[in-house]
Parts: sequence; C-alpha cells; structure tokens
Amino acid sequence: MAMLEVKDLHTSFFTPAGEVKAVNGISFDLDSGKVLGIVGESGSGKSVTAYSILQILSHPGRIISGSIKFKGKELVGAGEEELHKIRGNKISIIFQDPMTSLNPVYTIGNQLTEAILLHTDRNKEQANARAVEMLELVGINEPEKRLRQYPYELSGGMRQRVMIAMALACEPDILIADEPTTALDVTIQAQILELMQDLQKKLGMAIIMITHDLGVIASLCDEVIVMYAGSVCERGTADEIFYHPAHEYTKGLMRSIPSIDDDEHERLVPITGTPIDLLNMPSGCPFAPRCDRAMKVCLTGRAKEVRVGSDHLSACWMNVKDGAERGVIQTDDDGNITAIDLEGNLDGTAEGGKAQ
Amino acid sequence: MSNDLVEVKNLKEYFPISTGFLRTTPLKAVDDVSFTIGRGETLGLVGESGCGKSTVGRTILHLYKPTAGQVIFDGKLVGPDTIKEYRRRAQIVFQDPYSSLNPRLTVADIVGEPLDVNKLYKTRKERSERVLELLNTVGISSEQMTRYAHEFSGGQRQRIGIARALASRPEFIVCDEPVSALDVSIQAQVINMFEDLQSQFGLSYLFIAHDLSVVKHISNRIAVMYLGHIVEIAEANELYHHAVHPYTVSLLSAVPVPDPERARASQRIVLEGDVPSPLHMPSGCPFRTRCSRATGTCADSCPQLKEVAPGHMAACHNL
Amino acid sequence: MENKTIKKNPLSFQIDPNLFQQATDEEKAQIVTQRESVSFMRDAMRRLVHNKMAMICLVILVVITLIAIIVPMIYPYTYTQQDVTGKYLKPFEYSAKEQARINAGQEVFPHIMGTDNLGRDYAIRVIYGTRISLMVGFISALIVVFIGILYGAISGYFGGKVDLIMMRIVDIIYSLPDVLIVILLSVAIKDVISTSKSDLIVRLGAGMISIFIVFGLLYWVGMARQVRGQILSIKEQEYVLASKAAGASAMHIILKHMIPNCISVIIITAAMQIPSAIFTESFLSFVGMGVSIPMPSLGSLASDARSGLVSYPYMLLFPALTIFLIVLSFNLLGNGLRDAFDPKLRS
Repeated sequence: MAMLEVKDLHTSFFTPAGEVKAVNGISFDLDSGKVLGIVGESGSGKSVTAYSILQILSHPGRIISGSIKFKGKELVGAGEEELHKIRGNKISIIFQDPMTSLNPVYTIGNQLTEAILLHTDRNKEQANARAVEMLELVGINEPEKRLRQYPYELSGGMRQRVMIAMALACEPDILIADEPTTALDVTIQAQILELMQDLQKKLGMAIIMITHDLGVIASLCDEVIVMYAGSVCERGTADEIFYHPAHEYTKGLMRSIPSIDDDEHERLVPITGTPIDLLNMPSGCPFAPRCDRAMKVCLTGRAKEVRVGSDHLSACWMNVKDGAERGVIQTDDDGNITAIDLEGNLDGTAEGGKAQ
Repeated sequence: MSNDLVEVKNLKEYFPISTGFLRTTPLKAVDDVSFTIGRGETLGLVGESGCGKSTVGRTILHLYKPTAGQVIFDGKLVGPDTIKEYRRRAQIVFQDPYSSLNPRLTVADIVGEPLDVNKLYKTRKERSERVLELLNTVGISSEQMTRYAHEFSGGQRQRIGIARALASRPEFIVCDEPVSALDVSIQAQVINMFEDLQSQFGLSYLFIAHDLSVVKHISNRIAVMYLGHIVEIAEANELYHHAVHPYTVSLLSAVPVPDPERARASQRIVLEGDVPSPLHMPSGCPFRTRCSRATGTCADSCPQLKEVAPGHMAACHNL
Repeated sequence: MENKTIKKNPLSFQIDPNLFQQATDEEKAQIVTQRESVSFMRDAMRRLVHNKMAMICLVILVVITLIAIIVPMIYPYTYTQQDVTGKYLKPFEYSAKEQARINAGQEVFPHIMGTDNLGRDYAIRVIYGTRISLMVGFISALIVVFIGILYGAISGYFGGKVDLIMMRIVDIIYSLPDVLIVILLSVAIKDVISTSKSDLIVRLGAGMISIFIVFGLLYWVGMARQVRGQILSIKEQEYVLASKAAGASAMHIILKHMIPNCISVIIITAAMQIPSAIFTESFLSFVGMGVSIPMPSLGSLASDARSGLVSYPYMLLFPALTIFLIVLSFNLLGNGLRDAFDPKLRS
C-alpha cells in the first residue's frame, strides 16, 4: 500500500461566473521516500491538487468527490481536528512566495518554535533547541541570532530556507513543495534545489514537487505527472517522460523550450493557441483544440490512461492510434485496452494500467 | 555612419532612497554601463533580480532620467530636442502582461494610443486600418479589437503589448522580460514572433531576461549584469562555451537543464550567500563577497571590462 | 486492479477509422468558446444588480428622493401654513375648522402625520426636511468629488516634494474639529449673508451656507487621500510607462489612464460621503446650527419634537426614522458598490 493514495479527485471553484473544474479526476500514489514531480502550466490544477490533499483550499474551492488516503486513513471528509494532526506534522507544505508565507510581526524563532510546540510534546527549551538544529540543517549560519530576527531582515533565499526548516521541523512523511523556487533567482534556486536534494537523502521523506519548470523536475524527481487543464496527461519515471514522451502535450512542451546547448539557431516549435477556458470544459481531450495531431475522436471523448512503457502511463488517443497501426495493443478478455507497447519493452503478462 | 544603432556610454542611474528625516542615500541601480547595439542585432541582458537590468532598459529609453552618461541613437545624442523623435523610434515591451495594459481601454485603443499621441494618422479610417494591420501582425483577430484586455490570456496580452510597441514603426525595442511571466508553451510562440518581427522590420532588440536558455536562443550577443555593473559581454555561443567571469560561470552552471541524466551528472557550482544590497555595495569588485577566487586586490578596486578574446570582454582582476 | 491474463491480440481491437481521422481546424475551434465581452463598468453593474441588499437600498433611496422632489409640488399644504385651531393633531385627525368644512361636504386632505405645535402639517415638514438632507448630501458629495479628485490627482501624479507639502496640508485640515469650524463659520457668515438679497441664500440661511462651505473646506481631504493613493499605485503600472514611452503628455496620462482607473474608488468614497454629510447636517440642525426657521430639516424636526416627547412620541419617530432609512441605505449601497467595484474580488 502506498503512503498516499489519491483516487479520482475532483476539485472545483464555484465562482459567480460558473463552476471552474480545477482538478478533474486525478489519481496517483506516492510511496514513502519518493520524489514525485507534478508539472503543468498555470491553470493545470497542479497547486489545487496539493491544496486539496491538505484541504487548505480557499473559498469558493471545494473537493467534489474522490478519495485521498494517507497511510490508509481517508482524509476527504475527515474532521478538522484529525486534519490538524496531519497538516504541518505528517504532511507539510512550502509555498512559492517566501515573502508572504512568513508572518512579518513575529520573529523567525517565534514562528519556528510555535510550529514545533504545536505538534510535538517538547517543552519550550527543547523546541528552541530543535529550532536551532533545524536552521543549521537548512544551512543558515548563526542560527541563534537568526531566531531573534524578523522576516524582513532576511533575503528571499534565506526565507525559503526558514520555510523549509519550519516544514521539516516535525519530521513529516511528506513535504509538498509548491513552486518553491519560482520566485527565486537562478543562483538561489540552485542553492534551494541542492538543499532539498540533500535533505531528502538525509531525512528520507517523500516530496511532491509542484512546478512549471521542466528543468527543476529533471534535477530532483524520480517520478513525474504531467497535468493539463485539471487532468493527468501522462505519468512515469522521469527518464521515461523526458526521453520517451508519449502524450502529444508533453511532446509539444519538450519541443517548445529553448535548449541552452543548441548552438545552431533552431526555430522553436511552439504549441499553438491558448489554454482552454476552465469554465467551459469540453467533453473531449482538453488539449485537443491546441493539438496539431488532434483527431475526431479527441474532440468527443477522453482517452483512458494506458500503459505505454514499463513505468509509464499516457492518456492520449494518438497512442491508441499508433498502437493499433503497429499492432502492439494489448487487451484483456473483455477487449479493453490495457497496454500499448510503443517502445517494444512490455512483456505480454504485464499488469494492467495502474491508475484504473 | 556607424553600424551601431544604439550606443550607451557610461550610463548611471542612482535612485535617492530616503534613509532618515530629509536624508537620502543614492541607490546605485546602474553604475557606469556602456555597450552598443547594432542594426538588426539582439543584445541579451541577463542578471538576477535587483541587478539593474530593467533599469538599464528604462533609462536607455529616458523613462527614468539618467543620473549621468549618454545614449546615442542613430548617431544623435538623445536629449530634449531629439526626445520626441526618439520616443517614436524606440519602444518597449514589458514583462507583466497584466499591469502593462490599461484595463479600461479596448484593445483597439491600447494599440492606437501611440498613433494618437504621435498623431500618426489623418483620418479615423486610417487609424483603424493601421490598428487592424498591427493586430493582424501579432495574430489577434479583428473581431477581438473591441474587447478589453482582461478578457485575453497572458500570451495574447503580450501580443497586444507587442502590437502597441510596433505602432509607431520603431527601429529599436527594449524587451523587458517579455516572456518571463508566460507559460512555457506560450513562451515559444512569443519568442518566435519576436524573431519574425525582427526579420520583417529589421528591428534591433535589447532583450532583458533572467532565463539564460531564452536569452541564448534569441540573442546575437549577451551582456551579464551583476549589481549595476556589466561583468561580461560576448557573442552568445562564445559566452556559453568560454565564459571567464566567475559569476557568469556559476550562473550558467545553475541553470536547471530539462534532462534527468545530465542533471544527475552535472556539477553545479552553487554560489554561497546572497546578493548584497545595492545600498551597501562592497568595496572594489561587486561580486567579491560571493566569489571563490576573490583576493585582496578585489576589495581595493573595481575591475574594468577588458578584452579576453575578440569581441569578448570581462571585468575580473583574476584574468 | 484485477489480474486478468493479458494477451497480445491486435485483431480483437477493432477501431473505427473515421474516428481517427485528423480533426479540422474548424472542428477544433468549435470547442473553444469565447466568453461574452464585458467592460469593467458593465461587469461591476451586473455584480451590483445581483446584490439584493444594495438593490433594495437603491430602491428605497430612489423612492425617498422622488417623494422629496414631487410631493411638495402637489401637496395641498405648505411647510409654513399654520392652523391655530389644529395644534398637535394626531395623524389623520382634523382641526375644528377642517371638521366644519368636512361637515359642509368639502373634501379635506388628511394630516397623515398630524400637525406640530403651530398647527403646520407635519408630513410636508418631514418631506421638506428630507429634501434639505438629501440636498446637503448630494451637494457636499459633489464638492468633495470635485476638489478631492483634482487635489489627489495632482499630489499623486507629481509626487516628491509637491506630494509632501500637499499631503501635510491635508493632515492639518484632517485634524481640525469640524463642529467647531461650523459654529465659527456660521457666526462669521451670518453678517455677510444678512446683507444678501438672493432668495436662495436667504431661504437656506447662514447655518446651511456655512455647512456647505465647511464640507467644501474640510470633507474633500478623505477623497483626496483615496485618489492620491490610487494614483500612486497606478503610476507604477506599466501601461503608464508604456504611454510615457510612446511620448504621451502628463495631461494625457492623467485623463486617459489615471482618472478612469480611479473611478471605482471615487464612486465608493462619494457614496460613503453622502450619509456622513447628511448625518452631520442633522446633528448640527439638532443643536440649532443648521437651517433657519421656518425651514425644516430632519435634525431640527427631531429637536423640536423633544419638548413634547412624552405626549407626542410619533413626532420624533418620523424624522428619526427617515434619517435612519436614508443613512442606512446609503451605507449599505456604498458597501454594495465597493463589493461590485473592488477589483480584488474580480475573478
């Protein structure tokens, strides 16, 4: 059993203009000690997924249906008291903007020890010692002095370190990082990524890394989920996703980023059009209107997630078509597609789509 | 006539920051910056936030009054008697597609504003034809011209901003982080558009960004800024392969590459510490507080740009 | 996740080749629906209309305003007309004289709210009082809007030393006690007014004129601060820089970019200004500093009703209720406007 199991999660925002389906049926498992990357553009629902797990959605957002199980315990519909025990303790989160996620009127020490006192039975002195230890762990020098400082006295990178210290103070099983480096400069981003990698190795917690930056995903994650307009396009190990992308959206995304190694000036291949209006979600594939290879079937129905590699699922009709043309579709007794052997590396008795 | 369209000489921009009752300290956002941009050339300007790259762009356009230094455009010094013409021939595209378009104006009025201000039409018909032509150039359909800016997505808004910049038929455009706020898939659309417009109208760009991959892709030459100074400037591939300034080297190594295997193999040179505040600049070389190779001389004097290879200049004592 | 045996069986999977044809651009475009175009103003108005509380308040205010304007024109009594035989009549009571006329078969319009200590019809006096209150509210809002925008826009746009000096003046005015100023001014103005022959000025009286002058002198500062703050933040917006880069003049930028983006703040501040002006006027009239006799105001009516409070409590009720309705409605409408126009709530 995976540590965190998310099944068919639907989260919507009920705005005056109508229902915005921010997360539209996503499922995934997270094993302990793994780093899962969720990558997507703005409006893909990646952050809303994270907020749904902790149930810290802001009004008018609401989980419509689905299940989120943490160590077998259902979180959807759980009482506030129960969630309180989990938030910040078992599952903690760090946000994009280190400027606004610390309270400016309290010292660093105040906020850090408060988090520790809240979730552990340490006394004040022990909590203080733990705070110092945590700041050392995240690479902040002169921790005793920092504890007495206010957030405005620290730089952006330093604040993000404090946020990480705070999130890890109670030794959570899962750390959710919501675009933790987006607001930071390149050199500071490198520092924070390095730090997260180190801490993950040292403490062994699982990380859900939410970002739009494929570079960040590549440098940190074991597994990757690619999201578009609230749905999962594709998922698999980082190597599978980067080297054998199967979904047309992922392929388009890879083509559209300029490579820093490219010395010959090659023209970028952008994805045409603009993202779909989440208020008017089509019944077909949400990416179809922007997809160069969209087929009639893409406009009417959504493709099911199908295994296209040993650790690789994709929900794209194009895979079905390719598979059918090459005769590499595997079905079960009822004729349902269970896998498509695009790379020729699936054996005939492989287990069916994990997500179904 | 020289081949350079824009020549920037010893540009300085200090902002007075109030540090007490009726007392101010100069914040040296841009400190003695010089470079040239050729006709039809793209000069990339990279650096971290607060290094003064945006200020350079705005000061060149005289949106901020330069504290010192000169901007020479097409052989003429930009000053009170040339500013009107300069405003028409040099334009800007901003980063934030949300704050750069007035929410109370229709797209047609936003794009038409430079035409109104510079009186570039005789009849209303001529104006609307020109607006249509501009929107067409950036791929906004004519039926959308009566819509308001907030009805468009980020990428479309950026196109509208580009159409506005093109309205007065400029020769030089300062692109102030024009793709930083956009989604990856949209970024490529806008980058391609900048390239197309450049070949179509022979534009020169000053392309400001913090994303090194984007800057390298679009630029002919790249200048690297740190704390108000240009520390290295070279042709794009030369800079990428033979960077000599320790800051450029670490900046390049810090770029996360979308390639898991290389990410695992790569040795990032992680810079220690943070960028010092421009209010309390270190003495001598601005980078010495984070530089692993800093020596005594670095604290004594600020290194000047010197040529290390043809067309490749760097400002470091240890070269 | 049932573990069925899985066969490599390409033939069992038959697909409809039609479905896998390339979709045309038109077909793709059909999926993308574009929302209806709405301007900021229309969007805000739509939100306001959906706000039930604000709409009820708006209806109440419109009805009260219409009554205050139309009723005096068609009403059979005037606010000065006395009937010594009918002092302190209860609502719908008739004086001896009127009773005689009714007996003679004539029709007599009833005193809906009774009469006062001089036998004047109370309903028309309350309506006149409402008229005065609304006039004070609207005129003071006009003064405030005009001076406030001009002052705030100049201070915000030019910034620096100009802003520093202009805002210190605002601070000084802010700290002046307004009641004290009204009292001083009405004393000073009385001499000037008494020599004036203008009908309007004479009828309104020194108290009223001084109220207007005080509002004009003092109350614009709130608006000026709001507008300045808004202008300061708009100044940082890149569309202002873009306009400057295109070569636009300061006047063009203020008129085309800054003022239109201040409209919401201006509307909200003005809507909140009106009830506070009405309240101040009522208060001043209550203590005898407002309109001059025989012109009624809601405040002075309430004050007069005090003497007979025990015997005729309804005489206090009518003006008090009217003030209450007007002030509450304006405040709630102001809240509604703020919700409708506040860009932070826009999705």
